[in-house]
Amino acid sequence: MMGTILQSRLLPIKLSHSSLLFSPSQHSRSNLKFTSKSSPSTITMASIKVHGVPMSTATMRVLAALYEKELEFELIPVDMRAGAHKQEPFLSLNPFGQIPALQDGDLTLFESRAITEYIADEYSEKGEKLMCPGCNKVKALTKVWLNVEGQQFDPIASKIAFERVFKGMFGMTTDPAAVQDLEGKLVRVLDIYEARLSKSEFLACDCFTLADLHHLPVIHYLMGTDSKALFESRPKVCEWVKKITARPAWAKVVDLQKQ
Amino acid sequence: MGGGIKVHGLPISTATMRVLATLYEKGLDFEIVPVDMKAGAHKQEPLISLNPFGQIPALLDGDLTLFESRAITEYIAEEYSDKGEKLLCQGCKKLKATTKVWLQVEGQQFDPIASKLAFERVFKGMLGMTTDPAAVEDLEAKLVKVLDIYEARLSKSPFLAGDCFTLADLHHLPIIYYLMGTDSKKLFESRPKVKEWIKKITARPAWVKVLHLQKQ
Repeated sequence: MMGTILQSRLLPIKLSHSSLLFSPSQHSRSNLKFTSKSSPSTITMASIKVHGVPMSTATMRVLAALYEKELEFELIPVDMRAGAHKQEPFLSLNPFGQIPALQDGDLTLFESRAITEYIADEYSEKGEKLMCPGCNKVKALTKVWLNVEGQQFDPIASKIAFERVFKGMFGMTTDPAAVQDLEGKLVRVLDIYEARLSKSEFLACDCFTLADLHHLPVIHYLMGTDSKALFESRPKVCEWVKKITARPAWAKVVDLQKQ
Repeated sequence: MGGGIKVHGLPISTATMRVLATLYEKGLDFEIVPVDMKAGAHKQEPLISLNPFGQIPALLDGDLTLFESRAITEYIAEEYSDKGEKLLCQGCKKLKATTKVWLQVEGQQFDPIASKLAFERVFKGMLGMTTDPAAVEDLEAKLVKVLDIYEARLSKSPFLAGDCFTLADLHHLPIIYYLMGTDSKKLFESRPKVKEWIKKITARPAWVKVLHLQKQ
């Protein structure tokens, strides 16, 4: 199966130069298509491979980190509709049968938040710094807000995204009572974010970190729904969402969905 | 340096226990500042200033204030990496990355299910509420799928991240401890590698000290 080699230094928003024609195989019916202008000699084997799809929030989290770090990688689509993620060979990459999985040389990782942290650590000197710079005590603030995203925000927000966005894609019906209940919980979290962002430019400190980045995929989806009102009605949160979604690396991730 | 650590929480709280276990593993001095949950102290000042989410624990170390137990334990493991037990695999990039994976597995796959199960079987009773058997059945069905993966993993390495005990194992201790006191224990005991792993991690002296705190 041919993957799609993405050179993240090429830019800015549209893929150009060395894109590869992606030929769907029987294992992946992704509709990713790129026009090929590259000759075989410019094809390189990236050591980083991401197994996932650009519409998956967890995959997007990893892609964003790779783009922020300006790392080369290959995106290998996983045919979710055919259930490829619940079978071999994917299960050997992630026994939980969820995308994404990442390979870097002989290292195989899963869980998007472990992958992004690995990327930030291993490639700390490349591209954007994605942790608060400084000693352990300063770094600890990034850890706090990483956990806030994973334990407080995502459990609620990802369920809203499922109700409002993904259910529709699967031919299921949104449950308005569930949405109302979830939004009631989310606003309490967003009030805390509003207070936090009144004291700090980004969640963990004054620089953009993984703690902010991890929010991008789910916020991206919610901002395309009526739930955006919850974010837009809170000035500091609204400003923060605008800032983080305007980042060039994020725009590249969103662009992948259009291809 | 260690003497300045204060933990705001209670020894009965799973999240507080996670932090206490780490402090004991590291052999650090600390003070527990009890939080009167029954009086709703966790939702008011002064705790709200320590943790805006109104949950225990919060930790103070000098002028640093932290919340979210898994952020606290990681901070402790890194800041005091030269003290007591190594709780993170340092140096080797592969081992470090694998620890991150299984830390996330606990936080994203295990805990959301297992903590709800502990709530049904253990904490509801303490709060005068009734266990919902349908919920228990549903949660246990989900948990066994996770535990099957753990069984396969622990057939390949003695601890989740590799050959050494790490935070990835430690983070499981509080919830497993409570579930092992209920009928849910059969899910763990029927899986030999999981059972062996639990015996090992619950026998650690640092964990025994945490349990002692509950008896006081």
